[in-house]
Amino acid sequence: MALEQISRVIDGKRKIVKKPELLAPAGNLEKLKIAVRYGADAVFIGGKDFGLRSNADNFSIEEMAEGVEFAKSFNARIYVTTNIYAHNENMSGLEEYLEGIQGAGVSGIIVADPLIIETCKRVAPKLEVHLSTQQSLSNWKAVQFWKEEGLERVVTARETGHEEVKKMKEKVDIEIEAFIHGAMCISYSGRCTLSNHMTARDSNRGGCCQSCRWNYDLMMDTGNQQQEDQAMFTDDSSPFAMSPKDLNLIMSIPKMCDIGIDSLKIEGRMKSIHYIATVVGVYRKVIDAYCDDPDHFQINPKWVEELAKCANRDTASAFYEGTPSYKEQMYGEDNQSRKTNYVFSGLVLDFDIETNIATIQQRNYFKPGDTIEFFGPESEGFSQVVDTIWDEKGNKMEAARHPLQIIKIKVEQPVYPYNMMRKNKGKEHQTS
Amino acid sequence: MMKPELLVTPTSVNDISVLADAGADAFLVGEEFFGLRLAGEFNRNDVKKAIEIAHQKGKKVYVAMNAIFHNDKVDFLADYIDFVNRVGADAIVFGDPAVLMTAREVAPDIKLHWNTETTATNWYTCNYWGRKGASRAVLARELNLDSVVEIKDHAEVEIEVQVHGMTCMFQSKRMLLGNYYRYQGTTMEIQRQGQEENLYLYDQERDNSYPVFEDENGTHIMSPNDICMIDELDELVEAGIESIKIDGILKSSQYLQVVTKAYRKAIDALVEDEDTYFDIREELYQSVADIQPKNRPLDTGFFFKETVY
Repeated sequence: MALEQISRVIDGKRKIVKKPELLAPAGNLEKLKIAVRYGADAVFIGGKDFGLRSNADNFSIEEMAEGVEFAKSFNARIYVTTNIYAHNENMSGLEEYLEGIQGAGVSGIIVADPLIIETCKRVAPKLEVHLSTQQSLSNWKAVQFWKEEGLERVVTARETGHEEVKKMKEKVDIEIEAFIHGAMCISYSGRCTLSNHMTARDSNRGGCCQSCRWNYDLMMDTGNQQQEDQAMFTDDSSPFAMSPKDLNLIMSIPKMCDIGIDSLKIEGRMKSIHYIATVVGVYRKVIDAYCDDPDHFQINPKWVEELAKCANRDTASAFYEGTPSYKEQMYGEDNQSRKTNYVFSGLVLDFDIETNIATIQQRNYFKPGDTIEFFGPESEGFSQVVDTIWDEKGNKMEAARHPLQIIKIKVEQPVYPYNMMRKNKGKEHQTS
Repeated sequence: MMKPELLVTPTSVNDISVLADAGADAFLVGEEFFGLRLAGEFNRNDVKKAIEIAHQKGKKVYVAMNAIFHNDKVDFLADYIDFVNRVGADAIVFGDPAVLMTAREVAPDIKLHWNTETTATNWYTCNYWGRKGASRAVLARELNLDSVVEIKDHAEVEIEVQVHGMTCMFQSKRMLLGNYYRYQGTTMEIQRQGQEENLYLYDQERDNSYPVFEDENGTHIMSPNDICMIDELDELVEAGIESIKIDGILKSSQYLQVVTKAYRKAIDALVEDEDTYFDIREELYQSVADIQPKNRPLDTGFFFKETVY
């Protein structure tokens, strides 16, 4: 693709005119709506069948239709993941299912198995077909193959780097979607059956139990019957582990925009609304700021910090910026989920500009004296200390203890419905 | 009853003649640069020799090109396919569509076997690759026997099924052994695949040992048990499966000879007279069990196992 199609000088200032789509995950309608409100151009969701998160909430056809309607009002699109590798027994019901998805107004499906690709083209031709990362698509010639098969878009393998994706984009006229944030397989996607072997759960049909994230002892068979096998670790080192740090490509967004990647994808259909709001919100700002003025763009350190506030694990740029070393993996205690200092505490329902009182739905315990911060798509966010907390009837409360309870507090700057409030636990410790 | 091909993956050129005499009908060979998890490394000269020896004995040779290719290797595909075609290989085994695309350009007449290992799980998709140019589909090992037979019943391509040996459970592009050593601050020589290869991951909870090795395709983790279907071949053969495979990875040449002979006897007996097969199958199983390495229990893979999701 020629460079001038990607950027153009408008009123003396260069702008990226081919802005990539920001694609967000959603495990249910609430998350879908948050993703759209926080700036996602498209949202991918799972249905009841043929998807890879069998333990997620997942959408009924009716919920898909509602999601599509909502997204439309924000000019956003919905994709449905149907990326299992089907067994014979999964073949029945596929046609009706795809017809249902098409009927719901969904824009496209994300697929790995040619069975589903061809069935979709036959029975639900209005749906775009996007090749899933489960195909571990790693070279331009394979991209060419899928282009000739009539696919609108391909998702690259997590193992591909910037130069590789650039070449794919140059060689083949097809939309390319690349992951920018979230957890990922440490194996080539679709090429791991650890789960099948260890727990009889089929990883390629949504049963993955993440055996890769367990600990193992790396041993060497000495080949000598008399001799014990040798441990390839010492007592004070951590066991062998295969946990990758989560992907985080915030610093790579400019170069991804520059080569015209069509869609930048955030992983995490199982993640909370707080996670989705934070990550989508940050990437929305980065993409908008870069595309508006690529020649004077600088990453705002606040955006990077913001991403860390919802992180379960450390993050890294993985293969996009070179070959990951041991530093991009987690061993020992790091292998466990890392708790951030921040906890999602409330969702803003309303704000009274006369009194500066915000009405908030409680999502986690907080009390007067806690340091909190508000964020949302309308502003850069602000931090304050909780003063008095009232219940709906105006009674003072010692603390907001009850999930989903409606409470009111005074805020120092305007907030908007669907803004979120998170508590800084670190500061709580310092003061108590 | 049609006699299935007995396909073996040899450890070196020297194996070809011996294993042919032991009863193998076909061989899968290749080099790490293009193929995945081979029992032995065959450079171009070895491939050529293997084909000469095998063809003299009326046997077939397939060449492995089933790696997951990145852009940097795409440019090497045409030359290798041309070579494989010129030396008279009977088929190329591929997983990546880039190989299929290149073969169409360079050697449109060479046979192609589709083998991604884990993703050949339904008959429609096997036939799909058939329509794209494959003459054979190699099934995922994570299927039960009923699914295999059902695929065969609907297949428009030849079906190949692994019936013996180790299977791969995991492939990462990352160098997970090297990374672990560097994390520990040790700098151990990373051993390459071959006879001296003997690292494994021990799973305390399941008391299983998973062989693990690194090569230029990344890190590979293998199954804790070896599949052995020698006493359960009747349904597969009756169904008309075209090729049954013994995978020789991380096995010795001597081991492969014994196992190949045993499967040869089993197939011949089965096709000639099923009752004879039923009479000798326990004995054949025992002959394999007797030489089985102590840390490699035999099982029946997923053939009789239900998987949920």
